[in-house]
Amino acid sequence: MKRTNMKKLFSGLLVFPLVAALAVLYGCGGGEAQVDASKVAGSITVDGSSTVYPITEAMAEEFRREQPDVKVTVGVSGTGGGFKKFGRGEIDICDASRPIKDSELRATRQNSVEFVELPVAYDGIAILVNPKNTWCRSITVQELKRLWEPSAQNKVSRWNQVRPDWPDREIHLFGPGVDSGTYDYFTGAIVGKEGASRGDFTSSEDDNVLVQGIAADELALGFFGYAYYEENKDRLRAVPVDDGKPENGDGPIVPSVDTVKNSTYQPLSRPIFIYVRSQALDRPEVSLFVDFYLKNATALVGQVGYIPLPDEAYQLAQARVERKVTGTVFAGGSQVGMSVQDLLRKESGSTE
Amino acid sequence: MRLLPKSFKANKRERGIELFLLFCASVSIFTTLGIIAVLLFETVDFFREVSIVSFFTDTEWTPLFAQKRFGIWPLLTGTILISGIAMLVALPAGLLSSLYLSEYAPERVRRAVKPVLEILAGIPTVVYGYFALLFVTPLLQRFLPGLAGFNALSPGIVMGIMILPLVSSLSEDAMQAVPRSLREGAYALGSTNLQVSFRIVVPAAFSGITASFILAVSRAIGETMIVAIAAGQQPRLTANPLVPIETMTAYIVQVSMGDTPVGTLEYKTIFVVGMMLFLSTLVLNILSQRLRARFREVYR
Repeated sequence: MKRTNMKKLFSGLLVFPLVAALAVLYGCGGGEAQVDASKVAGSITVDGSSTVYPITEAMAEEFRREQPDVKVTVGVSGTGGGFKKFGRGEIDICDASRPIKDSELRATRQNSVEFVELPVAYDGIAILVNPKNTWCRSITVQELKRLWEPSAQNKVSRWNQVRPDWPDREIHLFGPGVDSGTYDYFTGAIVGKEGASRGDFTSSEDDNVLVQGIAADELALGFFGYAYYEENKDRLRAVPVDDGKPENGDGPIVPSVDTVKNSTYQPLSRPIFIYVRSQALDRPEVSLFVDFYLKNATALVGQVGYIPLPDEAYQLAQARVERKVTGTVFAGGSQVGMSVQDLLRKESGSTE
Repeated sequence: MRLLPKSFKANKRERGIELFLLFCASVSIFTTLGIIAVLLFETVDFFREVSIVSFFTDTEWTPLFAQKRFGIWPLLTGTILISGIAMLVALPAGLLSSLYLSEYAPERVRRAVKPVLEILAGIPTVVYGYFALLFVTPLLQRFLPGLAGFNALSPGIVMGIMILPLVSSLSEDAMQAVPRSLREGAYALGSTNLQVSFRIVVPAAFSGITASFILAVSRAIGETMIVAIAAGQQPRLTANPLVPIETMTAYIVQVSMGDTPVGTLEYKTIFVVGMMLFLSTLVLNILSQRLRARFREVYR
C-alpha cells in the first residue's frame, strides 16, 4: 500500500523533468533518438534491495514511457533475497545495496549465471532519532558499536548506558531486516563483522515501517538508507556520526549529499549496485533498459534522494556493459569506507 | 442423514452427487489433516536441532540473528498481552451491549443496531491495523507521553473493538435462549429490569457467554494483520503495554516477508510458532464448544 503511494509520489515528481528532457532529446538528438524509439516488447524482472528499489522503480516508470510494451517488475526482498533468486537465474537484474558475497558468487557459478556488475549511485546509512529527542546531538562509531554489537543484547537498553550524560530512559532500536544489504553493511562497518548484531530490536524489511516507528517514538534510535531519511526529513532527525579519524573530516559529520560525495561521512557511506545477468543482456529490452538506466542515472538518482556517481563512473559502467565484462571487482565481500575515488579506480581496473 | 426415500438412491446420478458432496466435505477435513501433518513434521524436525527444554525455558527469541536463541516466551507473552488488552475492551463492552440488545432495547432498535455492530466484523483487519497505527496510537500519545510508536496497547484496544461483535452477538444469542418463564418469574417477584438482567439472565446464559468469550480470545490470539502493522517486531519478555513487542503471528509474517531458504532452522521456526498458535487456539475452541453444548442441553 505504501509502495503505491510512493510510486505515485515519484511519478508525480518525475513527470515534468522527464517531459522536458524528452523534448530536448527529440529536439536536438536527431538520429540517436530515432534508434532509441524503435519499440521492443518483453518483460524484465528485477528484485532485491529495498534501498535500491526507489531508483530502479523510478527508472522503470520512465522507461515505460519510452517502451510501453516492456513490462518491468521490481520486487523488494532484500539484497540477500535478491541474490538468492539471481543465483538461480530466476531474475534478470538484482538490486544490491552491497557487492555480491563469495557465497552468492559460488551459487551463480554453480548455475552458470554470469553477470555484469554496475554501480549506480552512492548511499549513506543515516542514524535517526525522533525530533523530540533533545540529548542525542552526535554519536561516535564506538558508541554505535557498544549499542549494536551482539553482546549488547538485553544489557545495553538505556540511553545513559551509551553515554553517561544521556538520560536514564529506555532506548528503542529500529533497523532493517537481516536480508537487507543495509543491515549487512551497517554491521560490517560498525560491529566489525557482517551479520553480527544484537537481536532485540524492531527489524523490518520495509523501511517505511522504520520511518513510522522512529517518527512516533521519542526514545527511538534507528538506521536505514539516507534516501528514506531525505524523504522524511520533517519527521526524523539524523544524528551526526564521528568516526574518530580526523583525516577524513574532524568531529561528527552530518549525512548529506556533500559529505557522502566528498567521503567525509564515513564509515557509513557506500556504493550501491545493479547486477545484470549476461544472458539476459542479449535480449533487446534488457540491454535497452540498462542503457537507459546508466544514461539517466545522473538526473534520476538525485531526484529520488540518492547521490549520483560522477559522470565518469557511468561512462565506465556503460563500457563494461558494451564489452560484457562479467564478474565482480569486490571479491571478498563489501569494503567498508570506500570512497567514490576508490570505487572509480576499482571499476576502471580488471575484474576478479 | 437420509432425507430421500430409498428408491431414489438407486439412481446412479443421485449416488454421484452424494459422492461429490462427500468429497466437498472431506476437502476441508483433509486440508486440516494436511496442515497438522506439516506442522508436526517440521516441529519434530526443529526439536531435533533445538532442545525442547530451552524452547520453553529460554527468555530470548532471536532465531534470525548471529546469536540464535529459541525461547518462545517473548512471543507467547506478547500474544497474551495483546489478547488480554483486547479482552479487557471486548468483554465489558460486548457483554453490556448484548445485555442492552437482549433485555432493554425495543425490537426496532435491536433490529437496527445488531447488523451495524456486526458490520464491525466485516471491516478488513488491515484497515484496523492502520487505524491503530496512524490514528489510535497518536491519539493515545497525547495522554501517555511514554507510549512508543509501536506498542501493545493501541493494537490491543483496536483488536478489542474488532472482536466486540463476536462477543455481543454470541452472548446475545445465549441470552435470547434463556426461557421467558425465568424472567417472568423474577418480574412477578418484583425484580427490576436491572436485577433480572444481572441476577437471572446473565447467570442462566453464563455458559453461552463464556463460550463467546473464549471464542473471542482464540480469535484475538490468531489475529495477524493488526499486530503485524501496529505492535512492532521486537520480541521481548515484558508486561509493559507501552513498548514495541512481537506476537507469534507477527513473527510468522516477519519471517515470511524476508527470503528465508527452505529447510533452514529459521524456516522451521515458522512451523514451530505455527504449532504453538494452533495448539492454543485448538484448546480454546474445544473448551468453547464444550461450554456451548452444555448450555444447549439445559434449555432444550
